[in-house]
Amino acid sequence: MSELIKKTAAELAAAVAAGEASAVEVTTAHLEQIAAVDGQVRAFLHVAADDALAQAREVDRKRAAGEPLGALAGVPVAVKDLFTTVGMPTTCGSKILQGWRPPYESTVTRRLRDAGAVLVGKTNMDEFAMGSSTENSGFGPTRNPWDLSKVPGGSSGGSAAAVAAFEAPLALGTDTGGSIRQPAAVCGVVGTKPTYGGNSRYGVVAFASSLDTPGPFGRTVLDAALLHEVMSGHDPMDSTSINAAVPPVVEAARHGDVAGLRIGVVSEFSGDGYQPGVMTRFAEAVEVLESLGAKVTEVSCPHFKYALPAYYLIAPSEVSSNLARFDGMRYGLRAGSGSAEEVMAATREAGFGAEVKRRIILGTYALSSGYYDAYYGKAQQVRTLIIRDFDAAFAQVDVLISPPTPTTAFDIGERADDPMAMYLADLCTIPSNLAGNAAISVPVGLAPEDGLPVGLQVMAPPLADDRLYRVAAAVEAAFTERRGHPLLAEARGLGR
Amino acid sequence: MPITRDEVAHLARLSRLALSDEELDHLAPQLDQIIASVAQVQEVAADGIPPTTHATGLVNVYRADEPVPCLTPEQALSGAPAVELQRFKVPRILDEE
Repeated sequence: MSELIKKTAAELAAAVAAGEASAVEVTTAHLEQIAAVDGQVRAFLHVAADDALAQAREVDRKRAAGEPLGALAGVPVAVKDLFTTVGMPTTCGSKILQGWRPPYESTVTRRLRDAGAVLVGKTNMDEFAMGSSTENSGFGPTRNPWDLSKVPGGSSGGSAAAVAAFEAPLALGTDTGGSIRQPAAVCGVVGTKPTYGGNSRYGVVAFASSLDTPGPFGRTVLDAALLHEVMSGHDPMDSTSINAAVPPVVEAARHGDVAGLRIGVVSEFSGDGYQPGVMTRFAEAVEVLESLGAKVTEVSCPHFKYALPAYYLIAPSEVSSNLARFDGMRYGLRAGSGSAEEVMAATREAGFGAEVKRRIILGTYALSSGYYDAYYGKAQQVRTLIIRDFDAAFAQVDVLISPPTPTTAFDIGERADDPMAMYLADLCTIPSNLAGNAAISVPVGLAPEDGLPVGLQVMAPPLADDRLYRVAAAVEAAFTERRGHPLLAEARGLGR
Repeated sequence: MPITRDEVAHLARLSRLALSDEELDHLAPQLDQIIASVAQVQEVAADGIPPTTHATGLVNVYRADEPVPCLTPEQALSGAPAVELQRFKVPRILDEE
């Protein structure tokens, strides 16, 4: 195994810029790791070896010619398979898009290419990002690199697993209800849901448009910040993108510091259903933050208990509308025969998996006349109340903290046909999606009872994403010093 | 209020999903359980609370009305299941009579 795959994105970018390693060497090392371990992990749906090497050669050519290099020049990035990418398939983990090659590039991946990043392939995911385990993929599950019998979380499970298995130092995900933070937590890596609107959804296949947020995965807080900065910024092609400066996340990640910071523990996110080892590590993180000079208090957000039910009305409602476009007429699968209506129904029946069907029907129900006010309308009012809870909390504290998810990685198959049990994985992450603010999950150790990774969630007000990185960098530094090595050095799922 | 198998079948038709009988048997009780759970939102006294449709508060976002490059017909049709005369070819949409 090449030592290059153990380096951080920051180290790789510096090595390529200094000529200590070529982009082709770095890319080759990661492609070799993918070839060695992905048969077990199955993080990738598509490995773009030739395309990646061509991108790497272009970086090396630019360097040799003395042309300016981008911030991520020569750094491999794995891309969740719902960012449209020219030259690579985009399936969203769905048979309805099997083999589809989009004719346009997402803004986020274009920004990555412009910064010299090498896109090594497309990662597995729950179909159309609906799920918390990556088992809802139409192409089979991804496995957790810590323990191959466990799920990697989801929906961005392939991206989290790719980073944890050293197949890429960085990966792109999307977070609609926790789909970056929860897989990051259970795979022992860093994952951020930026402020909604902080980056572009153009070319991000829509699940729930008012909630979908692209974001970064990395093995270190600084790496996640580097990707966060490159992918972010206003885009006229997305009318919901915010025309404001990107928060100084890299600067914050380089200066982890919580001295004097007011930190609120969300009192609603504990108790029944929370695994003891998750709470042990959370309590330890609170002690570490206090020892570093933070002022930690408890804060109540009384409406957060309604976030999960509100989410499972709002997100499916948007799904029932957004996924109407998959009708077998203009792209993707076409099945059945007869009238257009019969072909549409046969195509959607054949192309969608069980969870997508559940949510389409649930959303159609919630939006039906007669039920609209009682379900969708009420859920939108709950959304207002959750924003008010956050506003009240952030008037008292600078950031909020909680576990990112109530348990460590669960067994493959354990919750596969129990939707309500699966939905609970997103209990602590959903409020930030409903409010559109920023949140991160950073590793804080292993649960004593099962030896699996546990994360800490930090939440900040909209456009204060830099606060996440200040806190996460301080936590990461303290735990790494205490442990003597990065957490991932303890991952044994791949027999290291 | 419980949701019946017949209601699920009706919603599936509205959603253009040709569900099998087995799927209906499986999905209907699950949806009933999910709907019973999400109905908790009705516990919240929400009189006079405005709904939130999205979190940024942005309204009426405009950009300059300038022509920019767009997809060619070949690109737009590149993923089509069937194409004829530079158009999407689709099954009949009207009844024959």
